[in-house]
Amino acid sequence: MTLNARIPDGPLTEKWDKFKDHCKLVNPTNKAKHTILVVGTGLAGASAAATLAEQGYQVKSFCIQDSPRRAHSIAAQGGINAAKNYPNDGDSVWRLFYDTIKGGDYRSREANVYRLAQISNQIIDHCVAQGVPFAREYSGLLTNRSFGGAQVSRTFYARGQTGQQLLLGAYGAMMRQVAAGRIELFPRRELLDFAVIEGQARGIVVRNLLTGAFERYAGDAVILATGGYSNVYYLSTNGKNSNVTAAWRAYKRGALFANPCFTQIHPTCIPVASEFQSKLTLMSESLRNDGRVWVPKKAGDKRKANDIPEGDRDYYLETRDPTFGNLVPRDVASRNAKQVIDEGRGVGKTGLAVYLDFRDAIASQGKDAIAARYGNLFDMYQRITGEDPYEVPMRIYPAVHYTMGGLWVDYHLMSTVPGLFVLGEANFSDHGANRLGASALMQGLADGYFIIPYTLGDYIATSDMEPVETDHDAFGEAEASARARTLKLLSIQGDKTVLRFHQDLGQLIWNGVGMSRSRKQLEQTIADVRSLRAEFWQNLLVPGEANTLNKNLEFAGRVADFMELGELMARDALAREESCGSHFRSEYQTADNEAQRIDEQYSTAAAWKYTGDEQPPERFSEPLTFENVKLTQRSYK
Amino acid sequence: MKINLSVWRQENSQSDGSFYNYTIENVQSDLSFLELLDMLNEQLMAKGEIPVEFDHDCREGICGSCGMMVNGQAHGPQKKTAVCQLYMRNFKDGDTVTLEPWRATAFPVIKDLVVDRSAFDRIVAAGGYVSVKTGSAPDANAVLVKKTDADQAFDYATCISCGACVAACPNASASLFTAAKISHLALLAQGNPERKQRVVKMTQQMTAEGFGDCSNHGECQAVCPKGISIDAIAQMRREYIRTKLPFG
Ligand SMILES: Cc1cc2nc3c(=O)[nH]c(=O)nc-3n(C[C@H](O)[C@H](O)[C@H](O)COP(=O)(O)OP(=O)(O)OC[C@H]3O[C@@H](n4cnc5c(N)ncnc54)[C@H](O)[C@@H]3O)c2cc1C
Ligand code: FES
Repeated sequence: MTLNARIPDGPLTEKWDKFKDHCKLVNPTNKAKHTILVVGTGLAGASAAATLAEQGYQVKSFCIQDSPRRAHSIAAQGGINAAKNYPNDGDSVWRLFYDTIKGGDYRSREANVYRLAQISNQIIDHCVAQGVPFAREYSGLLTNRSFGGAQVSRTFYARGQTGQQLLLGAYGAMMRQVAAGRIELFPRRELLDFAVIEGQARGIVVRNLLTGAFERYAGDAVILATGGYSNVYYLSTNGKNSNVTAAWRAYKRGALFANPCFTQIHPTCIPVASEFQSKLTLMSESLRNDGRVWVPKKAGDKRKANDIPEGDRDYYLETRDPTFGNLVPRDVASRNAKQVIDEGRGVGKTGLAVYLDFRDAIASQGKDAIAARYGNLFDMYQRITGEDPYEVPMRIYPAVHYTMGGLWVDYHLMSTVPGLFVLGEANFSDHGANRLGASALMQGLADGYFIIPYTLGDYIATSDMEPVETDHDAFGEAEASARARTLKLLSIQGDKTVLRFHQDLGQLIWNGVGMSRSRKQLEQTIADVRSLRAEFWQNLLVPGEANTLNKNLEFAGRVADFMELGELMARDALAREESCGSHFRSEYQTADNEAQRIDEQYSTAAAWKYTGDEQPPERFSEPLTFENVKLTQRSYK
Repeated sequence: MKINLSVWRQENSQSDGSFYNYTIENVQSDLSFLELLDMLNEQLMAKGEIPVEFDHDCREGICGSCGMMVNGQAHGPQKKTAVCQLYMRNFKDGDTVTLEPWRATAFPVIKDLVVDRSAFDRIVAAGGYVSVKTGSAPDANAVLVKKTDADQAFDYATCISCGACVAACPNASASLFTAAKISHLALLAQGNPERKQRVVKMTQQMTAEGFGDCSNHGECQAVCPKGISIDAIAQMRREYIRTKLPFG
């Protein structure tokens, strides 16, 4: 199978315009005859649903939560990038493109990333027009900050709640179309399967999470914007309902899954405190602008932080790299934290933390200045940990935060199943092996507001499609299989709960496919995940009934899919015999412990094809060619 | 520590509900309140009982999914804190904690602590947005917005739509929720053209959903996890009056 990314010809800077100039359009009066099923209402799904409805399509929108506005995007904190160059500090579309390609360690497509950078500015214009209250200067102009070590200030933000404000903008736009009768909302629904008819995605089967009923919806295209799969690790910064189920069901229906091992571990999260810890809370990485990361020099030093004199502290990031210091990229910061913790120098009750200390920043800039910048984050930290970060250093630990991998899509954002489009974090497209801060919001909104309206139109205008009804056999078969699987979960009646299985799985994946990976451990992980999965199907306990609100049943289905995904992640990590970005194979490192890329062999996207439950999946490669940037070895010493 | 819970259990919107008592041992103070409920559910399942249903997602106070009355207070005892961000260090060994769903005609109970808040979506659909089509916006800096207005608009825009304001209000009014959206958009130039119809339509919808009127009790602002000020309601009233003025 060759993967055709359908990248338009011509110079990089003209590809998207050329595409838009030449793509086929759907006659405005015909649009209302086309039903588009949009699954997911995060930034990607909400923006797509709203825009397609504005254009005149009939949209059906599905989400797990009780309201579209509660999608996980709501939790994004730090901001959204754009190449506006309002601060006049040298930013440009080219520079944003370049930083994103380089940040992704040269494992993404030039054409996609360039388009993303081009669109970034329009996103800000649109969101401001919607009433998103971005931070402003006293002049009334928008303000920016530098984020995640970028050398320009290109991040727009709404205090620490940027995702919330952007999502409410997109949600408002959706609700306007709901009122206009062009979007029909289906909240508290979970996609469990697809109807693929004559090779095209033509419908979905969802479970109504309140009644347990299986419902069928037909359409002319299906858009998946169902987010990322960080929850495979059990503990992550994602919302509890975030899952891989929709993407996994698509994989099983023929959509290829790309780069599943590219998962981002964020260095600044609040550490685990208890056995029942259910999620991890991110502390914005803007904190690293003023906080200094350190651990005691001696292993096992149990003194209180403030009792440890300067000479006994190791500001390990600053020593490693005097230029970037505490602002090294996420994966470097995370890996270094792991290293000092493995050396026994971790702090706090569990030893699974490092300090992030504001003492010096408070001394030099004053408490008020620090409070003005980070007050809400400090309050949040205090609420969760019971400690006052103005007095004692914060304790932080890395946590899984974002998944760059996802369903393979071409330049049109279409998967290998015609008519099945994938947007936002659910696809693999733009971030390569590592995502830069404030770029996920940008990508989700670029996909939904500005890309899919063109590429979907082109698909509809150029495809032959007979009308389909939900009594078609393909729906019957999809529903029967979704139902059987759901009932199977209930029927096992073993004695181990979903939560326990999920914790066990999380531990395996965290140890095996976490911050550092090795052949031996990956092979072990594959075996361990397989045996855990076997145990799951024999000994799972799901209480209650199928025909009512039963969250344990919902979670069981998601964990079942995570059990399969976990194995694929380990296979992908094993097959990629190099280190790049977030994927650090201990066998492939430079003399100063940096990721060692092997470009000749692995300058590719790996895309996996499902071949049956009993057979191993097949791996395909999409070669990545770089015509516009020169590949360099990243060096943050 | 040991915590006694008295939890409202109700099978569905038609059935009657009642309180059930449970005891949980070995509760750590670092546990969040929802993690306490996770613990309870593990305990119930181990005994072959049906777990308690409650809505949750982000568990960091931003999605607005969670919400319940904790000892008669919406989201519990800590100010400006959604129940998912409430930690057990706020409780003492041996405490008895009563949990109930939001109570309001417009929020029918679905099961246990889960209620139907879709009325909020319909209030927003009535006009809680700026009618701008994708692709039609001017440059983001073309319209200046005073920083103080932008900041205040943000304060109103932080509403998470959890419904605590309704649950705490003796009249079960949705005024704080509705007013927060109206005020957010009224403060911005971008929201200006539609401000008249917005306030009219949204307040009409609020009434149609069966929410009560506001009689200035102020309970809503006291329980709001985002600390949204009741000034929003005053602003909403001013917006309403403007619609009656010839040049407003
Ligand atoms: C704490 C945190 C902070 C972040 N901060 C930033 C930041 O500052 N800047 C930045 O750029 N990025 C940030 N990110 C990343 C960013 O928030 C996400 O990548 C992005 O919001 C994902 O958006 P999405 O639309 O793709 O998916 P989501 O917002 O995850 O939405 C998924 C949608 O799909 C639905 N869904 C899922 N599965 C199913 C199913 N089976 N059936 C039906 N519906 C389903 C859900 O209900 C939901 O509506 C942050 C992430 C986290 C966790
Ligand atoms: S679970 Fe999201 S606000 Fe509480």
